[in-house]
Amino acid sequence: MSQTQWEAVLVSPVDETRDHIQGSAGAPVTLVQYGDYECPYCGEAYPIIKETQARMGDRLRFVFRNFPISTSHPHAEHAAEAAEAADAQGKFWVMHDLLYERQRQLTDRDLHAYAEELGLDVERFDKEMTEHMHEQRVHEDFMSGVRSGVNGTPTFYINAVRHDDSYEPRVLLDALEQAAAGRP
Amino acid sequence: MTNISPPHHDAPLPSGTAAPDFELPSTPDQKVMLSDFRGQPVILVFYPEDWSPVCSDQLGLYQAVFPEFRKHDAELLAISVDSAWSHLAFAKDRNLHFPLLSDFEPKGEVSRAYRAYRSEEGTSARALFVLDADGVIRWSYLSPVGVNPGADGILRALEEIDGKETP
Repeated sequence: MSQTQWEAVLVSPVDETRDHIQGSAGAPVTLVQYGDYECPYCGEAYPIIKETQARMGDRLRFVFRNFPISTSHPHAEHAAEAAEAADAQGKFWVMHDLLYERQRQLTDRDLHAYAEELGLDVERFDKEMTEHMHEQRVHEDFMSGVRSGVNGTPTFYINAVRHDDSYEPRVLLDALEQAAAGRP
Repeated sequence: MTNISPPHHDAPLPSGTAAPDFELPSTPDQKVMLSDFRGQPVILVFYPEDWSPVCSDQLGLYQAVFPEFRKHDAELLAISVDSAWSHLAFAKDRNLHFPLLSDFEPKGEVSRAYRAYRSEEGTSARALFVLDADGVIRWSYLSPVGVNPGADGILRALEEIDGKETP
């Protein structure tokens, strides 16, 4: 091995039983995002994803995986664990959305308040947070990202191939539409 | 036409080459010598400049992946032409806990030795080297300067070294 450039593809295929998914498995195009709740670029991407989902409807399946870069974003790891703790109570996506909408307020106290706001069993939420019950899951996502060539956040994969272009709305939508139409 | 290929100025020192030894400041009053790390794999990360956005993402990512590098007993040394004082402030600001070495005087000497220097810009290139326990380069990679090369290549190289060194 030497100056090899590896193609960046998703090493962990989307798993319907494990992943956080919006949209149908039958959709012609799957968009996987590796994201960090405290990363401002992910915050910029958040409404773009929403808009793209609205435009493409059931032709798009969206998957979110955790990629907290804790050294740069000190609250990102706990925020990711909070979303997983919400998932344990069937409320992943509402927590995911709330975290992005308030990504400047992600202290442990904020996370606790969001759990209350969303009507979660707060005692259970606090316990799972204190015991870091979801740390392993977050780390698994992180490492699957590292091994897939995630080099920052957000990193997107369209039908398992890394999208190296911009995630500006028009560019992302075009890339997704092309993939949906079966063009490389 | 001749059959002599032009020299590859843009290619970093290749796999199989003995890594040139060096001694560089890691802080204003401490130095680090590459050969002190003989006996363990070493990851050398050349990067253009402190403070520029891609560098920070790249090094922040490596800090986050650092425990995985340690599973291979690997050490990580990051190198740029910035001064030791700039490195100190940068490491503190970005929460980086591996050494940032200063290829400052003579400027870029070590980067040049690894063919990881951009003469026009006067900075190190964005290049990665993984050295085995004997100080031999086992993988090298030159990334486009604006592109964060990620950590996967490093992990693959470390795994390959481990695989071959396992009896």
